[in-house]
Amino acid sequence: MYSLWLSWKHLVHKPAQLVLNLVLLALSTGLIAGVFLFDRMITERLDRNLADIDLVIGAKGSPLQLILSGMYHLDAPTGNISLQAAKPFLRPGHPLIRRAVPLSLGDSYQGYRIVGTDTTFYSLYGLQLAEGRGQKDPMDIVAGASVAKALGLTIGHSFQSVHGLDDNEDLTHDDRPGFHVTGILKPNGSVADQLLLTPLESVWMVHDHGHEGQGHDVTAEEDHREITTLLIQYKVRNHLTLNLPRNINENTDMMAASPAMEMNRLYALMGAGTDLLRILAWIILAVSGLSIFVSLYSSLQARRYELALLRMMGSSPGGVFRLIMQEGFLLAFAGGLLGLGMAHLGLWLTGRFLEDEWHYAFDAWVFLPEELWLFLAVLGFGIIAALFPAWQARKVDIASTLIG
Amino acid sequence: MIQARGLTYQYSGGSVMTFPDIQCDAGDQLLIIGESGTGKTTLLQLLSGLRQPLSGTVSIHGTKLQDVPRKQQDQFRGKHIGLVFQTPHFLQALNVEENIALAQRLAGQKVNLSLVRDLLGRLGLTHRIRAFPRYCSQGEQQRISLARALINRPDILLADEPTSALDDRHCLEVCGMLEAHASESHSALIIVTHDQRIKDRIPHSMNLDHYV
Repeated sequence: MYSLWLSWKHLVHKPAQLVLNLVLLALSTGLIAGVFLFDRMITERLDRNLADIDLVIGAKGSPLQLILSGMYHLDAPTGNISLQAAKPFLRPGHPLIRRAVPLSLGDSYQGYRIVGTDTTFYSLYGLQLAEGRGQKDPMDIVAGASVAKALGLTIGHSFQSVHGLDDNEDLTHDDRPGFHVTGILKPNGSVADQLLLTPLESVWMVHDHGHEGQGHDVTAEEDHREITTLLIQYKVRNHLTLNLPRNINENTDMMAASPAMEMNRLYALMGAGTDLLRILAWIILAVSGLSIFVSLYSSLQARRYELALLRMMGSSPGGVFRLIMQEGFLLAFAGGLLGLGMAHLGLWLTGRFLEDEWHYAFDAWVFLPEELWLFLAVLGFGIIAALFPAWQARKVDIASTLIG
Repeated sequence: MIQARGLTYQYSGGSVMTFPDIQCDAGDQLLIIGESGTGKTTLLQLLSGLRQPLSGTVSIHGTKLQDVPRKQQDQFRGKHIGLVFQTPHFLQALNVEENIALAQRLAGQKVNLSLVRDLLGRLGLTHRIRAFPRYCSQGEQQRISLARALINRPDILLADEPTSALDDRHCLEVCGMLEAHASESHSALIIVTHDQRIKDRIPHSMNLDHYV
């Protein structure tokens, strides 16, 4: 402990050098850890919302946009499809489809999306009620846990929706029937936490100006009701399901997109960016190792006399070696720790921003095993950087040095 | 206390230097004088074990330096020998008190701060305990290095030109302290110098000029 204290004393004796080394180390460690954490967080977040959905069907447009809007509720929808066209997929006992979840988007309340759907949505994400009852009648709202908390919604609360997905007061449906909260969900970590769920009919009632109050006793001929998206889970996977997306894309006005494929494309795009950032961070880490080496080595000349003094007072060559090694180690230790702290702090701030912007909650205080490896690697850099200066310190000739 | 027999030394490429036999007992004081280049400092380094002689032996307390295992040589030196140099040097990162306590620690002793403060007090340095050595005057610095040499109550106190850089007043002061504290801790005191001012103060002296 005493010799660690001595090493520390020497480090803080040169504050400018200490700060430079710490900043370099913390920056590189923080960047690498930040990329790890952010990558992991996004992937985990997106994967949790996959919910074994095999296919997303919606209006023609960008497949990625369809996935993002339909599954993750991030982007604007590509458009609507007619309920008529979606009907075949919603038919119970479909030979290929185990579950088809219709979604109707378009309205929001204070920035949170109102999603018209039916009870299949609840079983798809495994949602459970925390209080109240599930959706039954039009204009019922079952609020996700995060929304309820953020907006302070309670059972019986009623409100008017806003047209569009932005929080724009001018577009409030003042003349339309109001929604009322009948249930609140338990938090389950999926996108449902951020949504306001309602029966499909509610959305039609709010928007279907010409056919007000029609309910669902509409005959097929005059049915021009629309939905936005269908989430499909297959019953089996065979050549028929393999060809289903192409059939839909080629033979209907609708588009089918595979979440797995689209998300892989997105990850690949993201991966190129994070790879570059990661390489850059490792380069900075190498530079900070070099900086430790240079500062230890260059101060060696000035400290020759002090090292000889230590030897004169009874320190062994090994003791002097250890002293310099510890300086490298302490620098790496403090810098690495600082970097990891910075990464998590940065993530926490990003998380707060994302939660405000996209209503996506992040947990910034999860620690990954990769961070431990990174920390050990940083310690390794510090030790390697100190090795040669420490060896030189060991070889300082006391007698010829002390003459001066 | 300290005994040197038949010491010779050779710098690489230089001629062999021969040194007189030395005997200095506890409480004794010995002055070794000589012009520059007569090997005064070399002799002092041989006596303290900082250099290995070509031939001959140095014994401290009956222990031959050559017989001390290599790994313990540094600590042996730290514990039994106090060294004072012409220009005092310190660990710049530590204050006066910490510098002295470091000498205790490195010699394998327990750090005893009350002992450190007591010694610094007797050397008139109480007000400098928390100061950094580089902010102290030259006279103070020499006294701090004296404190460092004395803190482990060494058997032998070796001083290499301790007064050359000081003015007359400080020369006398440091000299007096060396003598007083050496006799107080019952150490053998050996001063190597070419400083004419202290020649008359110490009865036993040895001139190296004849040996080169």
